[in-house]
Amino acid sequence: MNIAAQAAIMLAGLSKSFPGVHAVERLSFEVYPGEIFGLVGPDGAGKTTTLRMLAGVMPPDRGTATVAGFDVGRDPEGAKHHLSYMPQRFGLYEDLTVDENIRFYADLFGVNKAERELRSGQLLRAAGMSEFRGRWAGKLSGGMKQKLGLICALIHRPKVILLDEPTTGVDPVSRRDFWRILYELTAEGVAILTSTAYLDEAERCHRVALLHQGRLLFCDTPAHLKARLGKGVLAVTSPEPRRVREQLQNAEGISSLVLTGDGVHIVVDDVARRMAEFQARLKQAQVPFDQIQRVTPTIEDLFVDAVSGGKVRR
Amino acid sequence: MRWVRLKAVARKEVIHIIRDVRSLGIVVIMPVVLVLFFGYGVSLDLKHLPIYVYDREASEQSQALLKRFQSSDYFEIVRVVNNYSELAKALDDGRAKMAFVIPSDFSEKLRAGGTVSVQALVDATDDNTANIIIGYTQALVQVYSNDVQLEWLQRRGQRVQPPPLSVETRTWYNENLESSAFIVPGVLAVVMSVIGAFLTSLTVAREWERGTMEQLISTPVTSLEIMLGKLVPYFLVGLFDAGVCVVLAIFWFQVPFRGTVMALLISSALFLIALLCLGFFISVVTKNQLAASQIALVATFLPAFLLSGFLFAIEQMPQFVQLVTRILPARYYVSSLKMIFLKGTPVAMLYPQLVPLAIFALVLATLATRIFQKRLV
Amino acid sequence: MNTEDRSVLIESLVKRFGDFTAVDHISLETRRGEIFGFLGPNGAGKSTCIRMLCGLLRPTSGRAIVAGFDVAREPESVRQHIGYMSQKFSLYNDLKVIENLHLFAGLYNVPRDLVGERIAWALEMADLKGKEAMMTGTLPSGWKQRLALGCAVLHRPPIIFLDEPTSGVDPISRRQFWDLIHQMAAEGVTVFVTTHYMEEAEYCNRLAMIYRGKMVALGTPTELKQKSMKGELLLIECEPLGVAVETLQGAPEVLDAAVFGNALHVLVPNAGKETARLQAYLVAREVQVSKIEPIRPSLEDVFVALTSEREGRKEPV
Repeated sequence: MNIAAQAAIMLAGLSKSFPGVHAVERLSFEVYPGEIFGLVGPDGAGKTTTLRMLAGVMPPDRGTATVAGFDVGRDPEGAKHHLSYMPQRFGLYEDLTVDENIRFYADLFGVNKAERELRSGQLLRAAGMSEFRGRWAGKLSGGMKQKLGLICALIHRPKVILLDEPTTGVDPVSRRDFWRILYELTAEGVAILTSTAYLDEAERCHRVALLHQGRLLFCDTPAHLKARLGKGVLAVTSPEPRRVREQLQNAEGISSLVLTGDGVHIVVDDVARRMAEFQARLKQAQVPFDQIQRVTPTIEDLFVDAVSGGKVRR
Repeated sequence: MRWVRLKAVARKEVIHIIRDVRSLGIVVIMPVVLVLFFGYGVSLDLKHLPIYVYDREASEQSQALLKRFQSSDYFEIVRVVNNYSELAKALDDGRAKMAFVIPSDFSEKLRAGGTVSVQALVDATDDNTANIIIGYTQALVQVYSNDVQLEWLQRRGQRVQPPPLSVETRTWYNENLESSAFIVPGVLAVVMSVIGAFLTSLTVAREWERGTMEQLISTPVTSLEIMLGKLVPYFLVGLFDAGVCVVLAIFWFQVPFRGTVMALLISSALFLIALLCLGFFISVVTKNQLAASQIALVATFLPAFLLSGFLFAIEQMPQFVQLVTRILPARYYVSSLKMIFLKGTPVAMLYPQLVPLAIFALVLATLATRIFQKRLV
Repeated sequence: MNTEDRSVLIESLVKRFGDFTAVDHISLETRRGEIFGFLGPNGAGKSTCIRMLCGLLRPTSGRAIVAGFDVAREPESVRQHIGYMSQKFSLYNDLKVIENLHLFAGLYNVPRDLVGERIAWALEMADLKGKEAMMTGTLPSGWKQRLALGCAVLHRPPIIFLDEPTSGVDPISRRQFWDLIHQMAAEGVTVFVTTHYMEEAEYCNRLAMIYRGKMVALGTPTELKQKSMKGELLLIECEPLGVAVETLQGAPEVLDAAVFGNALHVLVPNAGKETARLQAYLVAREVQVSKIEPIRPSLEDVFVALTSEREGRKEPV
């Protein structure tokens, strides 16, 4: 049997409610070994609750979820030997050094000393943190803290990694390092489930599930998702974006128009046709603009379109 | 249970203790400070109580009586005045604990063989102290009056017989009636409460507050490993601090130690286990350092102070309070300490103290293991 | 630009804590009615800078004039002429919407006879009319945000400071919120935004990128994307990615190559010239290329390009 075909994480109708809120509603999807799967959505979409249930630290109300072959509802401890969970808040001990934190987690997972030395050496090098082994975790920069969290999570070579908004507030350079480590892990056949509130970060994932108010909107690769939008996006750059908006907001073929800092971002039905129309219209109204460009739609365009009732092809 | 995980949690906990200046201070300095503080500062012996005197006669006889006050260790005549209002003022503002007045016909009446009354005005804001003052004063006056009687009889040529009865008191176990002898061992109970319940009440709550618990419970570590790993370091610290207190008590304050180290170790260990589990329980339930520490103080530290028989005798408490003390481990621990230190009671005879302590330890340990769940909400 | 139009003027502003320089010689000025963004990761010095501008921290050296007042000499006057909003802390969840508004009207010293009118205006603006009696804690996050903004502008300040106003909010609420901000800017209010959130930065008229206390770039989002990169970005979809990224990192004319989801982002000096050459280069190394096209860099790409350049200069590898 093909190992890759066996899902490392499997959710079937997973649900969880808190008083007054359906935090997660009948969520189903699978994550395969070697895949980076993104759980994408705004705050309150149910990302953290989903990850907590999968990590075995919060019992589900209904539905099932298996992680590395263990049912997390019935046997939450079973999966814990094979998974790593990085909560949204920094979960390491700030008064322990980098090495001490690594050793602590290695011991909890029963990693022996030789293996720990080897693995932590590699991981610290990959993260560019070899010279900080003796530093207190609390004295690291935000980016380094997150990388240390990842190192501690990887020390026992887990089959499944669950990351809750791992790169929030992290500087872009560290964020790239972080993602590079994740991509390297996929080569080892690790299944990675990461959440993010940055819709742009979703584009880094192999597949994403878009969540909104506890429900799954879409689940596909970023490229397919954008194709589903079935529309194109135009970016107009202008020193007077507000005037551009006034001119264009009632034009035909527009499904959404957003004012940005130096222009407007417009989702349209037919890119070529509308581009010409808009150019003419702005010129005629003598609204200054630098250019009108076709740009790739973003996950945000899709999200807005779906939530505001646009006609996305399912 | 895996030894390596237990050790990992314990090692981490030791690092926390060492790196946190406050907890290190509590562990290292607090026991010494408390022992010295109680050994020196809090003395239940009343010595050198300030008294004011109004000697309305100023005769040889009245001076002889006052001399007895002056030479006793209990009193110190801070001032001799010659009116009542000054006496009243001194009592009012606390400069004098007692005002002693000798009437102007003191020697005359004595010579006549009549009964003379002297007046003692006592500040009874602290009734305990007042009772002691009255007792001391009565004793001094009584002795003086006996002597006067003897002298009077001798002067009349009568054969004098010694008084037919006299009470010879002998205090056992604490021959010099030094209060440090029973206070200093009692400090152990307070120190253990701080280490055992107060510090441990912070450990679990701190992990919830800082967010480290969420990651910890997603690992294979079991709840029993977390509990033991967290408590073992504090158990050792508690025993170490107990040792520091005992050494100070014996070698600095010269408190007699008549019992066995084994008895001391067993009762201390039982008490400490009970408190550690209580602290852990509180910490798990509150998940909040501030609430946990306050509850721990109210539940262990204050009773150890006030209701354990450490400072105040349980027999003199109201009936209801006496009943309450029966559910306090500190009561049994303090009582066992007094017996071990001062009486040298062997382990076998300590069962009235050790059995309740063992029950507390067992019940609280069971509760603690049950309460901690590896899950959120 | 005359002084009237300069709402925030910063000259060589420095703040040191011990031997750590949190803000290192930052100079800039904003125009009236401008939405100005301060973009940088957590710990870059943004909050320190904002605290100085709000008169809460004294600068070590340099000068900052906000709404015509020197922040070091007249911090009280500064505070009366600005509004401050951070999504996380400003509102009391256990108060009703109207109670929060009254509280802030009191805190900002809104004249008694104007309170009613201002609150009505704020409710109208924040689209919260009819919701006055709702408990703040139960509002959806997008509404809370608008309420927080309403509270921050009750005293009609000429300048408002927004600290990550829409991080984590769903895109629709975020768009509504920014519409509101653009509307206020159109009325002449200067908006100063701090964020680490690239998506938020796109809504600003001009941006200053802050890294380790220093300003590394200044310009409109489009200017930054066009001028700050040392080259142009290509998106390459190919198989296998791992092999492709390794070979490209050693290829001539490739400035940088990184995996990005199912594709690669490759930085080259000239996209037009390089496309065909790279395709041939990859095919020769047994990489199957399915798509290769120039893409617009994101603000994040710009940030990485600018800061890694800086790193390189500081600590030669």
